[in-house]
Amino acid sequence: MKFARDTWLIFQRQLQLLLRNPVWVFVGVFQPVMYLLLFAPLLKPALNAPTQAAAYKIFVPGLLVLLAIFGGLFQGFGLIAELRAGVIERSRVTPISRLALLLGRSLRDVVSLIVQAIIITLLALLFDLRVFIGDLLLAYLMLALIALMTSAVSYGVALKVKSEDALAPLMNTVAQPVLLLSGILLPLTFAPGWLQGVAEWNPFSWAVDGTRALFAGDLANDKVWQGLGIIAVLAAAGVFWAARQFARSVR
Amino acid sequence: MIETRGLRKSFRSRQGRETKTVDAVRGVNLQVPAGEIFGFLGPNGAGKTTTLRMLATLIEPDGGEATIAGADLRKDPAEVRRRIGYVAQGGSTWDESTAREELVLHARMYGIGKADAHRRAVRALEAFQLTEYADRKCKTYSGGQRRRVEIALGIIHEPKIVFLDEPTTGLDPQSRAHMWDEIRRLRTEGMTVFITTHYLDEADALCDRIAIMDHGEVVAEGTPAELKREISGDVVLVGLDVASTPQAAELLDSEEYLNKLETVDEGGLRLYVDEGTTAIPQVLRRLDHAGLVMSSIELHRPSLDDVFLTKTGRSLRES
Repeated sequence: MKFARDTWLIFQRQLQLLLRNPVWVFVGVFQPVMYLLLFAPLLKPALNAPTQAAAYKIFVPGLLVLLAIFGGLFQGFGLIAELRAGVIERSRVTPISRLALLLGRSLRDVVSLIVQAIIITLLALLFDLRVFIGDLLLAYLMLALIALMTSAVSYGVALKVKSEDALAPLMNTVAQPVLLLSGILLPLTFAPGWLQGVAEWNPFSWAVDGTRALFAGDLANDKVWQGLGIIAVLAAAGVFWAARQFARSVR
Repeated sequence: MIETRGLRKSFRSRQGRETKTVDAVRGVNLQVPAGEIFGFLGPNGAGKTTTLRMLATLIEPDGGEATIAGADLRKDPAEVRRRIGYVAQGGSTWDESTAREELVLHARMYGIGKADAHRRAVRALEAFQLTEYADRKCKTYSGGQRRRVEIALGIIHEPKIVFLDEPTTGLDPQSRAHMWDEIRRLRTEGMTVFITTHYLDEADALCDRIAIMDHGEVVAEGTPAELKREISGDVVLVGLDVASTPQAAELLDSEEYLNKLETVDEGGLRLYVDEGTTAIPQVLRRLDHAGLVMSSIELHRPSLDDVFLTKTGRSLRES
C-alpha cells in the first residue's frame, strides 16, 4: 500500500515535469518518424515484399522496439541532472520506498514511450498498415516491458557512473551491437548462419521476432510468449538491480 | 537526543593502480541534548559531512553505534529517517519546480496526506518569508531564497532533529545573518539543530555547544565560552613608551592576578590573566598611582581559532 502510494507520488511528479516540457516526447519521436518516411519506402523492393503494407508489417514492429530500447537507455541522463541538483539525496533521507524512487521514474518513461508508439502506429496506418487491436495491445505490452527494463538499467548505471561523460559512450557501446544483432532494421532471416547464431543470444532479437509475429496477426506463434517471457524476466531483474542502486549510498 | 559511540567510516580511493584507504571518520563519540544548536566546527575534509551523512542514514557506518531521537541508527534506519530532517550542503531543489511544489512533494514523501501537505507548505512558505515567490520556478531564486526553501524542506515534517550541512556557505553577509535568525527560530520551536560549519564566528555566535573536528576525530567539545576559557585566559595589552616600560613591569610583576608578563620591544606590556575585565581596573589603578602614562589598553579574548590552534597545532584560517 505504502509502496503503491510512493510509486504513484514519484510517477506523478515526473509526469508533471515531463508535461511542462512536452516537446521532448516529440523530439523522441522525430527520429523514428524520419525512418518511417525516408527509409521505409526502400523496403518493398529490398525485402521483395508483395505490397508496401507487407513491408511495413515487418519494419514498424522493429522500429517500435528500437524506440523502446533507445528511449529507455538514455533516461539516465535526466537522473544524473537530478543527482547533481541534490534531489536524489533529498529523497533518500525520507522514508520513501527506494523501489518507488526507481519505479515511479521508469513508469513515466513507459507512458511516454507508449504515447510515442501510438504516434508511430497512427502514422503507419496512413501507409496501409493494418493490425488487429488485440495483437497491437500485446505488442505494446512487449514495448512497455522493454522500456521498463532499459530505463531501469539506464538509471542504475547512471547512479553508478554519476557523470554524463561516462554514461553516453557506455550506453552507445551497449546499444549498437544490441541494435544490429536484433534484426530491427532488416529481419535476420537474411543473415548468414553465424550471425543468426549470435543473435539468438540477444534477448531483443526474441522481442523483435515476437512483436513482428503480433503485427502479422500470428498470435499462436511461439515467438510471442517466448519474447514476452524473456523480456519480462529481464525487466524484473533490471528493476531489482536498479532499485538496489537507489538504496545504496549515492550522492 | 543524539548519542554516538565510536562511529567510524573509511573510504577507498584509487590513484592509478594503488588503492588507498582514507579514514574519514575515526571513532566519533557525541552526546547532543535536546533543544540546542550543536555545531561541528572544522576545516574542509575534517569528516564533518561524512559524520552528518552517517547520522542522516545516507551512508552506512563501518563501525560504532548511534541512537538518534530514540531510534537505533544501525537497526532501524527507516525510523531514524522519520524523525530527522536533513539539508545537504550542495542544495536540493529542482530548477523547474516551484517552492510550493517541492514542499508539497517532500511532505508527501514522508507519508503526509495531500491536504495536510498543502497546509504545511503554506505555513512553511510564510514562516520563511517565501510566499511571494512560492509559485515561481526555483531557478529564478537568489542564493538566500533557495537556501531558505531547502531549510523549509528539511523541516516540513516537523522532525525532532534537523541536520544542516554548512547552512550559510556561499551566502552574502546579510542572508547569512538572516539564516542565523531562522536557525535560532527552529530552536525556539523546540527542535534540536545540528550544523556543520567552517566559520569561526558562526560557531561562536550561533551554537550552544560545539565539537571541533580535525582529521576525522573530535578534538574538543564544549560551549564556545568553555572551550575558550580552557585554553588560556585573556591577554591585556598595555601601551607604554620604551622609557617607562621597565618601571611598569616591575610594578605589576608581583600582582596576584597575573599569570605571566612579557615586555614588548617597542614599549608596552603583555599581561596574561585569567579574567581580563577584572584585571584591567587593577592595572589602571596601579599605573595611575605610580604616575605612569599609558597610550592604550586593549583586552584580547581568545577566539575559537586559538582553541583550534592549541588542539591541532594549526590555525583554522590556514587550513
